[in-house]
Amino acid sequence: MLQRMDRVDRQYILPEGELTDAGRNIWNEFSKEKKQAFYRWMVQVRSFDRRLVTLQRQGRSGTYAPMEGQEAAQVGCALALSKEDWIFPSYRELGIFMVAGMPLKQIILYWMGRVEGNVAPDGVRVLPPYVPIATQMPQAMGAAWAAKLKGERSVSVACFGDGATSEGDFHESLNFAGVFQLPVIFFCQNNHYAISVPFTRQSAVPTVAERASSYQIRGIRVDGNDVLAVYSAMEEAVVQARQGGGATLIEAVTYRLGNHTTADDATRYRDQLEEKEWISYRDPVVRLEMLLKSEGLLTEAEIQDWEEHCRDVVEQAVKEAESAAGLPPEHMFDHVYEELPSDLRRQREELSGKGKKHA
Amino acid sequence: MPEKTLIQGINDGLRTALTEDPSTLVLGEDVGKNGGVFRATEGLWEMFGDHRVIDTPLAEAGIVGAAIGMAINGLRPVAEIQFMGFIYPAFEQIVTHAARLRTRTQGQYPASLVIRAPYGGGIRAPELHSDSTESLFVHTPGLKVVVPSTPYDAKGLLLAAIQDPDPVIYLEPMKIYRSFRQDVPKGWFEVPIGKARKVQTGEDVTLITWGSMVSMAEKAAQTALDQGISCEVLDLRSLYPLDEEMIITSVKKTGRAVIIHEAPKTAGLGAELAARIHELAFLWMESPVERVTGYDVPVPMFALEDDFRPSLQRIDRAIHRVMTF
Repeated sequence: MLQRMDRVDRQYILPEGELTDAGRNIWNEFSKEKKQAFYRWMVQVRSFDRRLVTLQRQGRSGTYAPMEGQEAAQVGCALALSKEDWIFPSYRELGIFMVAGMPLKQIILYWMGRVEGNVAPDGVRVLPPYVPIATQMPQAMGAAWAAKLKGERSVSVACFGDGATSEGDFHESLNFAGVFQLPVIFFCQNNHYAISVPFTRQSAVPTVAERASSYQIRGIRVDGNDVLAVYSAMEEAVVQARQGGGATLIEAVTYRLGNHTTADDATRYRDQLEEKEWISYRDPVVRLEMLLKSEGLLTEAEIQDWEEHCRDVVEQAVKEAESAAGLPPEHMFDHVYEELPSDLRRQREELSGKGKKHA
Repeated sequence: MPEKTLIQGINDGLRTALTEDPSTLVLGEDVGKNGGVFRATEGLWEMFGDHRVIDTPLAEAGIVGAAIGMAINGLRPVAEIQFMGFIYPAFEQIVTHAARLRTRTQGQYPASLVIRAPYGGGIRAPELHSDSTESLFVHTPGLKVVVPSTPYDAKGLLLAAIQDPDPVIYLEPMKIYRSFRQDVPKGWFEVPIGKARKVQTGEDVTLITWGSMVSMAEKAAQTALDQGISCEVLDLRSLYPLDEEMIITSVKKTGRAVIIHEAPKTAGLGAELAARIHELAFLWMESPVERVTGYDVPVPMFALEDDFRPSLQRIDRAIHRVMTF
């Protein structure tokens, strides 16, 4: 497994927290604030992710799909985008949602089973989580196609996992993107498992990235736990897409440290040694922390302060979500059609107890 | 006014929308240079170019998924699925996404798009080309489903569908694509979605149908009239939303209803119509509602398709059953 992982096209921050030569060239161009921003986002995402797991355990929210371990992939991806860009996420994209500007309160509401949690604020072009696998991909492709036809400079990003690469939608989307040279980025977080099924059972081809060549689009395989490698690959893909150079398939090799969802038990299908190796050797947050410390950009005291700040922010959001007034039952009719047909009006009245006794 | 066939009405509708609304585009298999396998898009590619009339790869889920993405990003796509029997790869995109995007995003992204598909049998088409699975889509909240049966309605309903803020499944009865001509006005006009058409007025029985079965119902009404039975014929045009008002007013007047559709009987739209009549007009009924439909078998290959589709004889018998109950 780890040997396979080592065969990535791009790794800039080594697991020991040291930069490669190529990585140093890019890193040195960044301001101190930008370097810290990567770290701060990743810590905040992890803090919130853990809180969402405990909220489920406490019975305060529903089943949650944790993403701990994938912070570098998600933060690196989303930070490379602009406000005008479209994001079509899967359901395990907490870091993507947060960086894109989805309020924490909304995210909590979503996992509490409340539809309000799907609504992004104005100017935040992130769609709700796509729950069926890979179905967001053709839509991201279509949104990119519209941008191209309208002469806009926005790009679309479809976020998905390794399991999605087995779906027909994966093939159809990459195929259209290649044929029409669309400004879309297919961002695959290969966390090695689709629930319990390992990637070797998804594909006889050893990597996701190499499948790009079948569609005449660019493919790149990066260390997904290296935020700098992910960010730079995304940045290149965005520039290429904006300049009319078409689509890119990015495979960010990573690992979900937790369960598939709070209803899953990963010990049933994953090797404990493998998990331990990813946790103790390849943690994306620890890696960046070591780098920043070695550069004198982060102290223990600052780490404590930031973690405490994150906890406060999260608790505030939990409070806001839990005290948000619920919607009345009749609300389920409000957005089915722009104008409610008469038979649905009758059903709404029945629900609210105002209808006739029959029909 | 120019006389047009139903498929020319569709072509005219597409041409009008592409001319008047720069956000409209047409995409699908063979819709470009070839003008569509039935010629529904004939001449449009030449007139509007590759970026408005787009030949896509052969991938139904990709076509509909792309159309949803385009709608999210502000375009008005009209996607063509070559035959209704081939729509199923796109079923997930339609049912899980197009139908629900408005609800899921609380109105932020309404998925305003049209999906056109020829449906039904009667043209000796190859195997699996003759499905009438409209009730799958009527059963899906969030969608509208329309079926024209005249050249005038073909254009007017299509323009209404393109203009509609909700996703519309626009089903084309290919049996009557070229069976008759009718005056179709030039320019933009709409036939409102949700309104049925009273084909003829009658007193004794209401015949409720749509698509290529409308002309069959008219013939059956003529036969019945020769025997002194007066039929009212309703062409639903809009399968969802239903024009309940016209349906219920009519059956309250006649007290009898015969529903005719090509689709199989069980859980076909006739079942819903019968239930609504039961719920809303039970005390006015002189007899149980009759259904004349396709049988509950996979649509047979064309050697037997005439035996599968509702026949004049079966409709006549149903009319007599409700009259003599």
